Amino acid sequence: MPVIKSRAITGSEEYEKNRSAMQALVDNLYEVVAKVRLGGGLNAQKKHLSRGKMLPRDRVLNLLDPGSPFLELGTLAAHEVYGEDVPAAGIITGIGRIHGIECMIVANDPTVKGGSYYPLTVKKHLRAQTVAEQNHLPCVYLVDSGGANLPRQDEVFPDREHFGRIFFNQARMSAMNIPQIAVVMGSCTAGGAYVPAMSDESIIVREQGTIFLAGPPLVKAATGEDVTAEALGGADVHCRISGVSDHYAENDEHALQLARQCVSHLNRMHPSVAGKRIPIAPLYAPESIYGVIPPDLKTPFDVREAIARIVDGSELDEFKALYGTTLICGFAHILGYPVGIVANNGILFSESAQKGAHFIELCAQRKIPLLFLQNITGFMVGQKYENEGIAKHGAKMVTAVATANVPKLTVIIGGSFGAGNYGMCGRAYDPRFMFMWPNARISVMGGEQAAGVLAQLKRHNIESKGHSWSADEEAEFKRPVIKTYDHQGHPYYASARLWDDGVIDPAQTREVVGLALSATHNAPIEDTRFGVFRM
Amino acid sequence: MTSSNRAIHKVLIANRGEIACRVIRTLRTMGIRSVAVYSEADRSAPHVQQADEAWFIGPAPASESYLKMDTLLAVAKESGADAIHPGYGFLSENPQFAAACETAGIKFIGPSSRSISAMGSKSAAKLIMEKAAVPLIPGYHGDNQGDAFLHQQADRIGYPLLIKAAFGGGGKGMRVVEASEHFLEALQSCRREGQASFGNPTVLLEKYLTQPRHVEIQVFCDQHGNGVYLHERDCSIQRRHQKIIEEAPAPGLSSETRKAMGEAAVAAARAIDYEGAGTIEFLYDVDGRFYFMEMNTRLQVEHPVTEYITRQDLVEWQIRVARGETLPLAQAEIPLYGHAIEARICAESPDLEFRPSIGLLTHFRTPNTHPDVRVDTGIEGGSEISMYYDPMVAKLIVHGATREQAIDRLLVALEQFQVLGVETNINYLHRILSLPAFRNADLSTHFLQKEQSGIHDRLIQITPAYFAWAAAALLQSEQTRSHATQQQAAQSSPWQNADGWQLNGAQQRRYTLKCGEQIETVTLTYRAEHYTASVGDEAAFSFDARTQGGLLRVGGQKTITLPFHLDAKGITFFLSGKPLSFSRYQADYSNTEHADAGQLQASMPGRIVSVLVSNGDQVEAGQTLLIMEAMKMEHTLRAPFDGIVTAVHYKVGDAVPEGAELVALEELAEPNS
Repeated sequence: MPVIKSRAITGSEEYEKNRSAMQALVDNLYEVVAKVRLGGGLNAQKKHLSRGKMLPRDRVLNLLDPGSPFLELGTLAAHEVYGEDVPAAGIITGIGRIHGIECMIVANDPTVKGGSYYPLTVKKHLRAQTVAEQNHLPCVYLVDSGGANLPRQDEVFPDREHFGRIFFNQARMSAMNIPQIAVVMGSCTAGGAYVPAMSDESIIVREQGTIFLAGPPLVKAATGEDVTAEALGGADVHCRISGVSDHYAENDEHALQLARQCVSHLNRMHPSVAGKRIPIAPLYAPESIYGVIPPDLKTPFDVREAIARIVDGSELDEFKALYGTTLICGFAHILGYPVGIVANNGILFSESAQKGAHFIELCAQRKIPLLFLQNITGFMVGQKYENEGIAKHGAKMVTAVATANVPKLTVIIGGSFGAGNYGMCGRAYDPRFMFMWPNARISVMGGEQAAGVLAQLKRHNIESKGHSWSADEEAEFKRPVIKTYDHQGHPYYASARLWDDGVIDPAQTREVVGLALSATHNAPIEDTRFGVFRM
Repeated sequence: MTSSNRAIHKVLIANRGEIACRVIRTLRTMGIRSVAVYSEADRSAPHVQQADEAWFIGPAPASESYLKMDTLLAVAKESGADAIHPGYGFLSENPQFAAACETAGIKFIGPSSRSISAMGSKSAAKLIMEKAAVPLIPGYHGDNQGDAFLHQQADRIGYPLLIKAAFGGGGKGMRVVEASEHFLEALQSCRREGQASFGNPTVLLEKYLTQPRHVEIQVFCDQHGNGVYLHERDCSIQRRHQKIIEEAPAPGLSSETRKAMGEAAVAAARAIDYEGAGTIEFLYDVDGRFYFMEMNTRLQVEHPVTEYITRQDLVEWQIRVARGETLPLAQAEIPLYGHAIEARICAESPDLEFRPSIGLLTHFRTPNTHPDVRVDTGIEGGSEISMYYDPMVAKLIVHGATREQAIDRLLVALEQFQVLGVETNINYLHRILSLPAFRNADLSTHFLQKEQSGIHDRLIQITPAYFAWAAAALLQSEQTRSHATQQQAAQSSPWQNADGWQLNGAQQRRYTLKCGEQIETVTLTYRAEHYTASVGDEAAFSFDARTQGGLLRVGGQKTITLPFHLDAKGITFFLSGKPLSFSRYQADYSNTEHADAGQLQASMPGRIVSVLVSNGDQVEAGQTLLIMEAMKMEHTLRAPFDGIVTAVHYKVGDAVPEGAELVALEELAEPNS
């Protein structure tokens, strides 16, 4: 296969400039993430530990096979959203291996607001279930939560994508033989009680876990009955009397061993993946990717430089290399898994859109998963392009993306603006996984473009009334618009709202995509039926 | 070469273990076929595999196999062996066996039964030696036990003096007397102890050497009346009267003394018409005088040190002498090159009074050998160290241009010696050899007692760092293995990696390890080969580590190299030969029993058929309290814990509803709470 020859010169002024800018962004990302990993902070952790409980991240670690990778999703959820710190939205979700089986782990963090469900906690829990369902990953819920965040009940309870959906998903997944296992390590009250109750198998920790529809205070209020939490819904009650739980654990450690034991009996097999190869490292060191991505989104760069640092052996077999050159399409392998790559290398023209649609058809036909590397300001505009039907050509690509049934993965490595986001498999197009680099930006259009459009309308309005509008006034008008777009287009802003599955260190892209690709193969790839392509 | 008068084409080795292997090696170089014998316990032992043929001779106990003369002779005849090599131990110094060989027409490789008998009795041997003018330790061994007479004898011998119960042993009934005025008191006490312990008050007197050394001379005689000595060996380092470190030549021995001792030894051998290899053991005093102790009429365990300094093969000498050849070298031709030391590796617990350690050798790795490092062993990994035979598993012998060099070589070789499955004295030997007193050749048979505290102080202390290093080495081995799998199987998955990859963070891996009774959780945060470790509540610390060919190199403030061995359980470091095992640990809840709280109730409606306890009874857990009949089945109610019956709610014939409490039981408090 042809090898991408990098043109980057390590140590050159440009390389160093790129590198240090990206390094600063990555350093900041690691710092923010490290803080999130502390959950509710040292005091809350200490209190939690003093109850003889394990910290939620330690629970995950003890649940997984020793040293298993953990592909955490939505780490930055609720970051600077609620005006109070709700690190990771109080719930840890991610994929890891248990007894050699990739599982979705959903672990409440009781050190964060008692593990209560904020709107974004619900969204994150549901997102984890979606990933599990799409990729046929058994789910293990480490339950330790006070339930819905009562002050925000209107945002977490009633709607389709609210709390109730968790149990709907559990039932549907169980029906699809996507096993549901719950480990009750703390409270599991009201709606929460349905997590273990709706699970295929459940484990409860003595003197820690409780399951009941109403806790002692509510019971007292409703019926006057005086009862302790343990007598109402502790491990002894549920393992000996009610049968709500199946396994009795002495403590967290034991409970996690039991959960591992449950997974060991799931009797699942890894499907053999067609075209899988022995992985070969890229020719260039992972961190060298920092040196090839310019800090300013307006500076163009050859996306092949990025691809060369992600794919096996830096090898890419390009499709239609000489046609529609602003979209790079080609076959490659990542950690041995075959993948079709669709990557922006400039603005989308009619040719590039048609090429993209064609390539997506090939991959869908051959059942090769797709990786979209987004760096797109949009489709080309202007009379010439509208006249040649860029809208219908773009629609072809969007149709192909929307209906292709192969696993799709998206990484936003630069800008993600306008309809380009759609054609390149943005969130609305249901990629199995979607990640962003810390330098990326996402919005309907660039801040300056938006400010420009708004300023034009304003100027028109002012001038039609016979007034005048100075350049300074216009600049003054544009500044907050640009600022807002910049703020809302920031990857942390996006990730906090779960518009993606996480902001990732560009140097880890290869591992992230490889692990995700591998996970997708747990579900068989369906045949594709494309929609009507407007010709 | 002198023509021989007896052909030897095939030799039966009436022994096992390292000496059998040792003899086979020489036989092979000489083109002589070997016949091994083996007991039930040695079916797959190395000596069986190495010999040209091997014969089964009986059950594991030596008395039923290796000591069975008839069986051995029958095997020798049937296999067509011309000669029998007895090795050491077992039948090597048994005159009846030598005689039986002679009668059977099979050459016994060693002295005649007469020579063996002559040296078999210590007192008889001393008389022979006295006649041959071999110096004996001054003393009185006679029948006159009168107080005055003995005191007189004591004054003649001089002080310090040793009074020994004549029938004593094991250090009992011995008194050291420093001066004449203490003699009578010590005599009485010694007699009392002799009477009490051995039923006989008879004592003997001997000059007491304050710092005696055990120096022995290797002699060789042929059938033609020639005798030579191959210099001496110092075997002063002994524990419980058994040699553990031997060296040649003896440090500080002048060539005059060597000559004098050698000539005395040859004279001693000649006095009994000796043939083959023999050893005359002397006590050597600080003043340079030496006294005959005893003669061993066989090849010694420690013969390799003599082989190193003379560059001769003593087994070959034995066979050539047995064939009737004259000695390969004349006295003047016997060289002395450098210095050699032997350390005996034994399966025993030095820190538990040298208690033998038996079991399966799960790992056995000998040091890298080269011309100056030799390992004589008769076992291998997977061998069973049984209670039936000697606990010595190997001999490690080194040679050096100087004693200093030999010590250094031996220390390095001991560090490379790895034994798991049984405890060994490797580290104990290492500690002895590291003592300044050993390096200064401040030797005596009391050496180990005198240096006890220094030996003890050199015990290795386990620090948290070892846990971290163990974790790093385990991690690297897992990475290597996982990398190899991935490079072999196209269907391998990145999820198989066990390197603790996490998103937006350094790789992190956690191990809970158990070393002895200590359990620690180690968290390693790492990048390539640089690790930051936190062990338990200790402050985190950083180090670089790399494993290569069974060695872990740790770099921090200083670089340390640790030999290690991996197995399914975990990792073992060898610290100067001391195994320090770290096994992966996981709390085991698999057999947790949950006290059943609901057991005192009726599990369904029924009728009481029998009540076996009454109010106030003390009952034990599991004791039957009453029997109920329900659904045509009898159900027994048992006490879930030790307790006292505080109420029995029903009597025989009563119908009980589901869930009714049948018996009230008060749990007894734990005895210690």
